[in-house]
Amino acid sequence: MAVVDVQISAFDNGQDPARATGYTDAPPRMGFFTDTSVCIGCKACEVACKEWNHVPEDGLVFTGMSYDNTQGLGADTWRHVAFIEQTKPMGAQITTPTQVAGGAVAGTDGPSTTAADGDNPVRWLMASDVCKHCTEAACLDVCPTGALIRTEFGTVVVQEDVCNGCGYCVPACPYGVIDERPNDGRMWKCTLCYDRLQVGAEPACAKSCPTDSIQFGPVDELRARADERLAQLHASGVPEARLYGHDPNDGVGGDGAFFLLLDEPEVYGLPPDPKVTTRDLPQMWRRVGMAALALAGGIAAVFAATPGQGTGAAMRRVLR
Amino acid sequence: MSKARKTRNTLENTGNGHAHAVTREGLSSMAQPGREAVPGSAVLSEVASSQSKKPEAIRRAPGRKGGKREELMVPRAEFQSYYGKPILNEPTWQAPDIAGYLFLGGLAGAGGTIAAAAQASGRPGLAHVMKTGAAAAAGLSLVALVHDLGRPARFLNMLRMFKPTSPMSVGSWILAGFAPLSGAAAASAVTGKLRPIGAAATYGAGALGPALATYTAALISNTAVPAWHEGHREMPFVFASSATAAACGLGLLAAPADEVEPVRRLGAIAGMAEVGAAKFMEERMGLAAECYHEGAAGRLMKAAEVLTTAGAVGAAAGRRSALLRRAAGAALLTGSALTRFGIFKAGVASARDPKYTVVPQRERLEQEKAGSEAQAAPQPKAETGAETNAKAKATQ
Repeated sequence: MAVVDVQISAFDNGQDPARATGYTDAPPRMGFFTDTSVCIGCKACEVACKEWNHVPEDGLVFTGMSYDNTQGLGADTWRHVAFIEQTKPMGAQITTPTQVAGGAVAGTDGPSTTAADGDNPVRWLMASDVCKHCTEAACLDVCPTGALIRTEFGTVVVQEDVCNGCGYCVPACPYGVIDERPNDGRMWKCTLCYDRLQVGAEPACAKSCPTDSIQFGPVDELRARADERLAQLHASGVPEARLYGHDPNDGVGGDGAFFLLLDEPEVYGLPPDPKVTTRDLPQMWRRVGMAALALAGGIAAVFAATPGQGTGAAMRRVLR
Repeated sequence: MSKARKTRNTLENTGNGHAHAVTREGLSSMAQPGREAVPGSAVLSEVASSQSKKPEAIRRAPGRKGGKREELMVPRAEFQSYYGKPILNEPTWQAPDIAGYLFLGGLAGAGGTIAAAAQASGRPGLAHVMKTGAAAAAGLSLVALVHDLGRPARFLNMLRMFKPTSPMSVGSWILAGFAPLSGAAAASAVTGKLRPIGAAATYGAGALGPALATYTAALISNTAVPAWHEGHREMPFVFASSATAAACGLGLLAAPADEVEPVRRLGAIAGMAEVGAAKFMEERMGLAAECYHEGAAGRLMKAAEVLTTAGAVGAAAGRRSALLRRAAGAALLTGSALTRFGIFKAGVASARDPKYTVVPQRERLEQEKAGSEAQAAPQPKAETGAETNAKAKATQ
């Protein structure tokens, strides 16, 4: 039987959550690197995830939010492709007919003299969001039943036969990932295809991604690949590229599923500086202890100070 | 912009004379990109890096500076979000169950401790009221908790393990101890049987009471919900005083006149403490404090403040008037319940609006950035070569 450490924030700062949990013979930590600069918004990942994991329908609504009717992660949405339309050039991209006609294709030498009207640059940002499988996972910390577990791959999974639907993990998650499934009552989220991992297959979303925007592999390897890719993009004139969730020193000890983004995280619906709430829990328990003592002390003091029955009588009653 | 375009055009026209552009025929004069495709890679990096500052400057949201109230009202335009969608998932907890539980748990916990104090000081009438009240509140709170579960039949899974990282697990064990003890104490008081066991149970419940009344503060503060988490330093004191005020309210309502004096005094103190602690919490909370002043939560908190203040004043002045004491008791009880519902609703409201997640986090990042820059400045030797170079360039 595996020894399960129940400790507060005792993880080895992002490096090996499976071993910190008590697995002695764990495989390397597996995760996703989602490179949004090559995402084409095809939503194959959303579909593959639904099909493989048998995730029910999550609402058929028209939102008017670009091409996104999925809206966000939840109990029945484990991959969500965000669409953002901006009037910004992507890197130094040639984006408008005027640029093409006036500058490049026609082959004229001089600067384009066309008025700025009608050649506002447009860029689309597309990004496939997923459970981050945090190194310090708030959902896992707060789960009172032990339904949420750390797997040998360092991922975070809900055991649906244990979850009693208390719902504590929902407000605990700093990313808004896990949620309650209606008419089921239990909490659901991405499992990083635990079943597929156990037989050596890659998760359904990564398998189906036609541009390899979603890359699956050992987290160490993915981090190195992400650094390389970031340097490549910066050298190529995409200074707005940045990594998100890759840093083991961030507020959740680093994400097992991290991202390369082309704008601030909040533009994609991601929190700019998430923090696992459990880091403040020791302080909270101390404060709770102080408040409990104040409550007990206050009651004792007022009863002691109130004239009435003497302590002698009280003691006699206690002993009787 | 036009300067940048000029540079770009010249750059494109040097080389082999072809431009890399997306046309109707596809990406002209360029191999199809593989996985390492670079957006905008048609142009050399200098062009783009000269543009890079611009979006940064537009994007910089001033956010909130200091703690001034008028600056708290950050308009929506000053932060970015994904179509205004919330970042957090809203708590699935239902207000009648969970806010009701916060109130009932507090009433039960403080009631249990007051019952023990009343028993020890020889006030059987007061002890009787508090024992039955605490047992009833504990029983009802169990019902509320089980009712709120998505799978109520699995409520016993709560006791599968003991997890100090989960206030709900800790609370389940506290309640698992408190509920039978307070039940036994009340049963003995009502039937008059097994008095020694009843007394022992009363003191046992009295010892667990303070923990039951306050752990719920850690329960809701230990979440990512801004209006709950940002109050985590003060919430235990709000809950402790609110619980005591509620229990004293019950005592004022139902205890015999000759034994009511301690809860009258305590109720006056606890009521004022509740209002004061809630105010203090809101003062120190930052942006999320807005949620305690607006909408349904704002109305609940306002009503709670008025009722609790009235209850405390009534208790203080009610030494000779039984009617005033009863009215004060009802006001304290109701005020405490409204405080819990107000705090609950404020949390839900803060989870619904991405502003309360994004703006404080962005602020924190910028403070950290400013802090690390200030730290790095006097000791350039500690920096890496690249950083030093960058700084040197910036200062030139």
